Parts: sequence; C-alpha cells; structure tokens
Amino acid sequence: MATLLSPPRHYLNDGYGIKSWLLTRDHKRIALLYLASVTVFFFIGGAMAVLIRLELATPVGDLVSDETYNKLFTMHGVAMIFFFLIPAIPSVLGNFLIPIMIGAKDLAFPRLNLLSWYIYVVGGLFSLYAMIAGGVDTGWTFYTPFSTVSSTTQVVPTALGIFVVGFSGILTGLNFIVTIHRMRAPGMTWFRLPLFVWSSYATSLINVLGTPVVAITILLVAAERVLHFGFFDPSVGGDPVLFQHLFWFYSHPAVYIMILPAMGVISELVAAGCRKPVFGYTFVAFASLAIAVLGFLVWGHHMFVAGESVYSAMIFSVLSFLVAIPSAVKVFNWTATMYKGSVSWETPMLYAYGFIGLFTIGGLTGLFLAAIAVDVHVTDTYFIVAHFHYIMVGGTIMGYLGGLHYWWPKISGRLYHEGLAKIAAWIIFIGFNLTFFPQFVVGYLGMPRRYHAYPPEFQVLNVLSSAGASILGVGYLLPMAYLIWSLRYGRIAGSNPWGAVGLEWTTTSPPPTENFAQTPVVTWDAYEYPAPVETHVA
Amino acid sequence: MSEANPGGAAHPAHVVPTRIYYVIFGILMLCTYLTVQIAFFDLGILNTVAALTIAVLKAALVVLFFMHVKYSTRLTWAVVIGSIFWLAILLALTLTDYTTRAWQTFG
Amino acid sequence: MLPDAVEHHHPALAHQFDSLEQQKEAATLGMWIFLVTEVLFFGGLFLTYTTYRHLYPDAFAAASHELIVWAGTINTAVLITSSLTMALAVHAAQTGNRRLLVLFLIVTMILGTVFLGIKAFEYYSEWEERHVPGLNYAFDPRYYRHAQIFFSLYFLMTGLHALHMIIGLGIMAVMLRWSIRGTITPEYFTPIEISGLYWHFVDIVWIFLFPLLYLIGRHAHV
Repeated sequence: MATLLSPPRHYLNDGYGIKSWLLTRDHKRIALLYLASVTVFFFIGGAMAVLIRLELATPVGDLVSDETYNKLFTMHGVAMIFFFLIPAIPSVLGNFLIPIMIGAKDLAFPRLNLLSWYIYVVGGLFSLYAMIAGGVDTGWTFYTPFSTVSSTTQVVPTALGIFVVGFSGILTGLNFIVTIHRMRAPGMTWFRLPLFVWSSYATSLINVLGTPVVAITILLVAAERVLHFGFFDPSVGGDPVLFQHLFWFYSHPAVYIMILPAMGVISELVAAGCRKPVFGYTFVAFASLAIAVLGFLVWGHHMFVAGESVYSAMIFSVLSFLVAIPSAVKVFNWTATMYKGSVSWETPMLYAYGFIGLFTIGGLTGLFLAAIAVDVHVTDTYFIVAHFHYIMVGGTIMGYLGGLHYWWPKISGRLYHEGLAKIAAWIIFIGFNLTFFPQFVVGYLGMPRRYHAYPPEFQVLNVLSSAGASILGVGYLLPMAYLIWSLRYGRIAGSNPWGAVGLEWTTTSPPPTENFAQTPVVTWDAYEYPAPVETHVA
Repeated sequence: MSEANPGGAAHPAHVVPTRIYYVIFGILMLCTYLTVQIAFFDLGILNTVAALTIAVLKAALVVLFFMHVKYSTRLTWAVVIGSIFWLAILLALTLTDYTTRAWQTFG
Repeated sequence: MLPDAVEHHHPALAHQFDSLEQQKEAATLGMWIFLVTEVLFFGGLFLTYTTYRHLYPDAFAAASHELIVWAGTINTAVLITSSLTMALAVHAAQTGNRRLLVLFLIVTMILGTVFLGIKAFEYYSEWEERHVPGLNYAFDPRYYRHAQIFFSLYFLMTGLHALHMIIGLGIMAVMLRWSIRGTITPEYFTPIEISGLYWHFVDIVWIFLFPLLYLIGRHAHV
C-alpha cells in the first residue's frame, strides 16, 4: 500500500498565527474554536459532577454544606446543558461538516458564524464569573419565586450568561437554515442530503423558534430580581407557574436540540458501519422534523405537580406519548439498517450501537414519565435524573464521541489509535451504566434529587453510582489524551479511511479552505453503497 | 448554487407600484382611527375582539404589501405562517392551563 | 441581471456565494428567520400580558386608563407613516433613484426619532404620576398589586420596543451612509430591503402593543 501523504495545502496550514484563528471566517476553523471551548465547559461540568458523586457516596452531608451542594448541581446543570450539550454537536460537527456535506464553500454567513463563537465565549465568561463570585443555587431551572426573590446567589450573572449564549445558538441555527436552503451544490436535492444535515436542520428550527422565549424569560427574571416588577411573585399577584410555562416552552424542545444532532450522527455512523443505506431514509428525515415540531407541544409534562390544571396536564400527557413515535421510528430504522448489513465494530460504530441501546432505555423511561399517574410518584426523584442522563449522556455524549472519532481523520488528517479508542469506548459504556442504572432503582425507591443527604438504606446504590462515575471519568479522559496525541503522531488518514460514501469523503483530509477543488455536481443518493457480494457455498 | 439550478437564473424582482403603498397607508390610518373610536364604546367582550381583529388586519397589510410577502416565494410564506403558528402554540397551550384551573377536578 | 462575467467580480459579491441573486435570497431568508426569533421573543411578553389580563381584567383596565391615549395614537400614526416612507425608500433603491432613496431614509429616521421623543415624554409623565414600579409606584388601593403588573409589562414591552427602534435608527444611519456613497444600486439594494423588513417588523409590534396597552376599558369611567 502506498504511503499516504498529507495534502500540501489545507485549512489548518492556510495561515498561521493567533490572528488567523481568532479572525477566521472558515467554518472549519470556527468548529475547532468551538471544540476547544465546549471541552473546557465539559470539564467544568464534569468537575461539579465529581464533587456531587463524592458527596453522595455517604448518606450524610459531610463533604460540602447543603448550600454548596445546591450550587454544585446548579452549576453542573448550567455548564453541561447550555455550554456543552446544546452547542457541542451543532457548533463543532455541524459547523465543520454541513457546508462540505452539501457541497458548498462555507456557510451562508461566515462572519456571523465567527460572531456566534464570540457570543458563546462572552456568555461563558459571564457564567464563569458567576461561579467564581460564589455560584448560584437555584437549580438550572431557576424556578421562581426563589430565583427572583429569595436566593442570595449570583442569579443575574448566570442568567445573563445563559441569555447571551442563547443568541449564539440562535445565530448558528439561522446560519444553518439559510445555508441548507440556499447553498446546496448542483444536484444536491433535499432527498439526497445526508441524514445528519436533516437532523441539523430540524435542530436549527428548534433553536430559532424556542431560544428566544427562554431569552425573554431570563430577562423577566432579571427584571424581577433587580427592579422587583413582580411577574412571578405571588405576594404581588404574580404566578410562579407562568415562569415554568415560559421556561419549559424552550427547555423541553432544548432536549431535542441536544438529541437530534446526535441522532443525525448515528444515522451516518450506522450507514457507514454497515455499508448500507439507512433503512427508510425518507421516514428518518421526516421523523427529525416531526420531533422538532411535536417537541414544542409537550412542555407541560414538566409541571404535572407544579399546580397546572389537570385538564392541561392531560393534554400535555397525550402529546408527550405522541412525540415518542418519531424517535421510535428512528431506532427501528437504524436496527433495520444493521440487519443484513456488513456490520463493523470500529470505535465510532461501538458508540453508535451503544447509543441505540441506551437511548432506547432513556426514551422508554420517558414514556413512563409521560403517564401522569407514574410521574406524580417519581417527580423530583433520582428516576428523573437517571432518565435524562441516559438520554443526554448515554445518547448525546455517545453520539458526540462517535462522531468525533468518525470524522477525526477528516478534521485532523490523522488516525487515532484504534485499540486505545475501543478500550475507552468500553470503559465509558460500562462506567455509564454503573453510574446511572442504580439511579433508576434508587429513584423509584424514593430518593429525592437535589438533596445532599439521604436515608442510609440508599447508600449501596449510591456507592455503585459513584464508583461508576469514577470509571466514566477515566473513560472521558482517555479520548482527550489519544486524540491530541494523534495530531502529532497519528498515521496519515487519507481522504477516505472508512471507505464511506458522502461528499466529505471525496475531498482531502484535512480539506482545503474552500472545501473542494471544484464544486461537486451530485448525481447519487445519500448512501449509495455498492450492493454486498453474495457468497454461496457450492 | 441555488437548488439544482446551475444557471442561477433569477426571477426578476417585482417592483410594487407606489400607488399601492399609498392606498395601504390610507387603509392603515383609517384602521387606526377606527380602533381608537371603537374603544370608547362599551361593547363588552367585542371590544377586545374588534381591537385584535383590526390589529391583525393592519399587521397583515404591512406584511403582505410593505414587506412584499404577497410577491414572495413559498418559503417566505412558510416562514411567516410558521412564526404565527408557533406563537399560537405558546399562547394556546399555556391558556389551556389558565382557563381550566377553576374547573372542577375529578372526585 | 448582470452578465455572469461581471457578476462574478461584483464588489458586493461575497466569496461563498456564486451569484448576487443567491446572495440576495440568502440575506432575505436570513432576515426573515431573524424576524421569526423576534416574534417569539416578544411573544413571551405577549403571553405574560395575556395571562395577567385574563386573571386581573379590572386592574388592567384601570391601569390602562392612565396611559396617554393621544400620545399612543399619534405614535401609531407616526410609525405607520414611517413604514410607508421605508417602503418608498426600497422602491427608490430598486429603481435607481438615489435622491429619493436618501430623502425617504432621512424622513423615516426623523419619524422614528419623533416616536422616541413622544415615548420619552410619556415615560416622564408616568414618572410624575408615580406609575413606575420599582421606583416610585403608587396606585388606587383597589387594584394596587395587579396594576403594578400592568405597568411592569407596559414599561418592559414598550421599553424593549423602543430599544428595537433605536437599533433600527442605527441600521438606517448605516443605510443612509451607504446610499449617499453609491454602494446601493438597482443590482444591489438587498441591504435596504432587509433593513426595511426589520423596520416594518418593529412597526407591527407596535400595531399590537397599542390597542393591548392603551385601549383596554377606555369606555369605562374609573
């Protein structure tokens, strides 16, 4: 086999120096700027998680005070949700891949893209300031009137940080929507698009429609806290539940912002890993849109015990059952893709298969919660915590890591060490399940969430969970190490190390700044793998 | 390139005759006058209905003619209608809570 | 449309686009999507308003009665006129009439400033009447608490709207500069058109704010 050479000119060596990075308009460089920043927040959120699990290893609140514990889980949630899970896949993988996947030279608005990153950084700085200046203890959900009237912590700086970073998401979503509508290469019709693009499009719709509502809600909270306006303060006639309506109108679709891009990644991984077109391409594409739309109709299921009218609750409950359907369609279709496919077991595919199993568990437990009768008992217990971590960690983060590994050769031009990567994937899978499965049990048994102490009979399960967390932590550190190592010492990748189908694999690794030497003209479907060769025993 | 259309042939931008702008302006001013006048009569619930209807009509005229949506692509229409629809979701589903809180619960 | 050879090197064509037409379509779609986000942004406030008006109709009527109807009415007329002049500015840009474009932009900006001036006068009156929550609020004890919610909404909604007006004036100032310099031509008038979209949107928000805030229970003798 001929020794592969790096392309002489590509986006990483097209200009050196800090200015060429901080003032870049290249979507690929901006994706790497995001990669650095979201990783910082991932480790900040992770550090909070370490302290939380350490505290919960014993039933007594002996590591930190209850107020400090409140700050820990709040900041864990804020850092992880707003600064990692929501931006990670869209702003890192989406930014890098969408123009290439559609055959364009860049996004529609490259300078807006760079501005989005700076806005993210400013929002991040506000939140970091809040953490250093004493933290915030309201929970990432900021329920009123505690957050507006009683809390004595850094509510406003944190709220401002979230307000600002929300605009980063809105502008990125806007950029993606316009790009996908207007910048597709000749022949790249909607139904030839990779499913990752469909998912990113649906995610962008949610970003654009939902984030402004949480933005105004945060402004209302800040106004109430600073000027004592009284929208959510019962002593003035305000209704705290109105805050919850406004907050969850965004924050429920936000969870679909977190999962849809990961689902898009999984579609790509399953197709490449099984050498087959995704089964029911059209259904999967429309399922993404359906999730985006239906996701906006279910927010009241977070408020079953908050005081909303029971009739309203019933409507939200029925709608919540409906939203599970398109997600199930996707899981069925990925499974059907694997059937009679040429299934491979490389690291990205390990993450994909892990995703399918863990997301299914997380999603099914969501159905339990959609039933009001069950939710009334398990609300605010660890059952809920386990449910959303199965989806956000077992789902989104596995999808993120799978995608990062799959496209790493394209992004860096290098191959990572496959053996180490497989080991890390298994460590993460085992660590994850050990951390969060016991939480389903302990939550069902009645352990409340957001408490730093608990009855001693729950200790065994908590210790299992904390042990799992330590394994998970090791698992997350390994990719950091070997991916960075590969930048210098990894084997040169070549343009298509996976032998996959897709426009991104037709250009060099790393790609040139303008993505393609010539604008491609597309005449093939998204996953046109050659039919498998049938072998017969004579 | 836009769509699967390598030539990028443009549909010529529609120039709206200014006469139409002045007519729409007149209607908008008339509606403003009407909405203020109606407010001074007690029509019960119809006050709100009238005020909102007139506001919606004014907004529609601005959207269709001043913002050229009447002459725009289907995509633009979809975006405009989508935004109204999503605002409607926010208002309608929240109001399912507030309008039914006083109703009897079961048992 | 310009022949391809000329278009490819048009100074206003950005490198990621293949034609001015594609750039125009992208910019227009981008502005429309931005306006969608603004609809939802203000929408949260309209939801808050709707909820509390549903809960406290009498207090809202009493509080609304205190607003200066003639100021709000004049402001509505001012904004509608400014939308007219904005549409005429776009028309002038499209037809290559630089003089009229500059004129209509200036008139639009003057009208926007008049709006803000009247708003400032209203805010000052409300301060004198002690209707500013958080600062010097006092009201009829029958409706004290709930009217405070009305006034909070009033200041927040009209304040946010005014902020958008100020940003709009800034955008118009930039457009004016570009128009005077000759950057705007019949081939490239997209900036004027999408600035117009923004301006009309701000007008539409006021079209709803005006009846909802100023005209509740006007007929009543409180």
